[in-house]
Amino acid sequence: MGDPIIEFRRVNKWFGRYHVLRDIDLTVGRGERIVVCGPSGSGKSTLIRCVNRLEEHQQGTLIVDGVELTDDRRSVERIRREVGMVFQQFNLFPHLTVLQNVALGPIEVLKVPRAEAEARAREQLQRVRVGDQAAKFPGQLSGGQQQRVAIARALCMQPRIMLFDEPTSALDPEMVKEVLDAMLDLAGQGMTMVVVTHEMGFARSVADRVIFMDHGRIVEQNAPREFFAHPENERTRDFLAKVLPR
Amino acid sequence: MATAPDLSGAGRDAREPPPPRGGPLAWVRRNLFSSWANAAATAVVGLALAWLLPRAVAWLFLRAVYAPDYDACRALDYRAACWGFVAEKHRLILFGRYPFAEQWRPLAATALFVAALALSAHPRAWRRWLAPAWLPVVAAFFLLLRGGVLGLAPVDPSAWGGLPLTIVLTALVVAASIPLGIVLALGRRSRMPLVRGLSTLYIELVRGVPLITVLFVASFLFPLLLPAGLRLDALARVAVGMTFFQAAYMAEVVRGGLQALPRGQGEAAEALGLSWWKVQRRVILPQALVLVIPSFVNSLLSTFLDTSLVTVVSIYDLTGSLRLALGDPQWRNFFLEGYLFVGAIYFASCLAMSRYSHWLERHLGRWARA
Repeated sequence: MGDPIIEFRRVNKWFGRYHVLRDIDLTVGRGERIVVCGPSGSGKSTLIRCVNRLEEHQQGTLIVDGVELTDDRRSVERIRREVGMVFQQFNLFPHLTVLQNVALGPIEVLKVPRAEAEARAREQLQRVRVGDQAAKFPGQLSGGQQQRVAIARALCMQPRIMLFDEPTSALDPEMVKEVLDAMLDLAGQGMTMVVVTHEMGFARSVADRVIFMDHGRIVEQNAPREFFAHPENERTRDFLAKVLPR
Repeated sequence: MATAPDLSGAGRDAREPPPPRGGPLAWVRRNLFSSWANAAATAVVGLALAWLLPRAVAWLFLRAVYAPDYDACRALDYRAACWGFVAEKHRLILFGRYPFAEQWRPLAATALFVAALALSAHPRAWRRWLAPAWLPVVAAFFLLLRGGVLGLAPVDPSAWGGLPLTIVLTALVVAASIPLGIVLALGRRSRMPLVRGLSTLYIELVRGVPLITVLFVASFLFPLLLPAGLRLDALARVAVGMTFFQAAYMAEVVRGGLQALPRGQGEAAEALGLSWWKVQRRVILPQALVLVIPSFVNSLLSTFLDTSLVTVVSIYDLTGSLRLALGDPQWRNFFLEGYLFVGAIYFASCLAMSRYSHWLERHLGRWARA
């Protein structure tokens, strides 16, 4: 594991009175690939949404790429430049073409000249194999294509960390593989990745570490081989029994 | 890697859709005589139209008097329309009390203004330079009307009236109230309690006041509140009052569009590192504003028609100057023709704006149908 790039220190968060993250301690190393799993409502999504401050934590310390996340807008915007995110519902901008979607961040945030940003965008679209869709609107693409465009959009900012929030959960089964393939490619290139997913096959083949959450706590974490072969916690065993094919 | 499905829907063994059933006769049977009740309704409406249409055409056009001939009109005894009234008074109705010999000036100014509107209507013209490009147009409009330069005789704003006033008042009020409404709508959704509170207070307060009251306040109370030496003429005061009034409604229209967008849109833009303003400008507003075009046009039309209320503060817009024309005791009994004439102008204008908005909706919303 390289030097730490994300550090949660006793982080707590509540939605109203609902305690959604409880005493989270977690360190992610540079280049590390982490899969977060757990039943719905266990706080997985909230956990990764704290990393780019789409959610604010209320207690504890969260340090991303050497910057502590606070209310300071500047540091938040700086972190967001370094952290790419892929959402369950893709969240492409429907009024912009695929190319404009991908080039928007570099143009508006990094102040890259338009021509250069578009060249960079085309490159990223090629990388996830939707280069031929650049001129279309997102609504004209299949779910799998949209999600790959979303990955290209995040990559075009040249982030140091990529967050995936259930990237394949909204896809038809036949399209899951093409998105996982794009993520595998990325993992092969040494990107730091934190992935919330139920795709245990992906966890097995890519993750350095699998984290299991339940009721807002990290209940168990281990290398995938150990995690799947010898789950220590009762709840982990329960969960795995439900999601793993027999 | 899985290949994408064929979204065009034309697989190898796709077939043509079946041809529509029957001809026009089948259409009539299906739509007008499908049941006894439907047939009866068709018959009643058909008979009513058969009775009404010939009479209406005869009254409006065939037996009508077109020449400004008072005696011929009297002789009709209201059994047909007397367009002679409109022929006699059309310049008073269209331009109000503006000096008769100088009426080419409001005509030219209005033509310029409407031409500029038409050129600005296409989204291709919506560039950074559009607002500055409008400044000389608005300046030329008011210079032409006001005079006092280039050898034009000065004409006091109190003598302005008619259609030019209706058009320019509507355009200025709408153009100013849209940005104000957007700011108020964003303010009402702000995370900052003070901004949110003030925006909400403003919107609720203004929406709780009738337009007539706003007009009275603008024309009678404003001048008392303004510091001595600063004088705004009545027209400007009314325009400002109507703008602040309309902005409250615009704000709620815009807010409706903002609410309709999924939260993920803003989050995805924020996650890229866009600042709050850029999220609104590049991602949220372009989608929200297209969604609310139909309600925008509602506001546009109601502003256009509401300008007729300015007569209560002695500004003579199109309806106001019609009332001036009807002040002539000789012609005052032909008010129906006068109102039909003015109504036709309002109707044609509203229809044009409505068609334009439909086009705009389709043009800007291409991505939604893609």
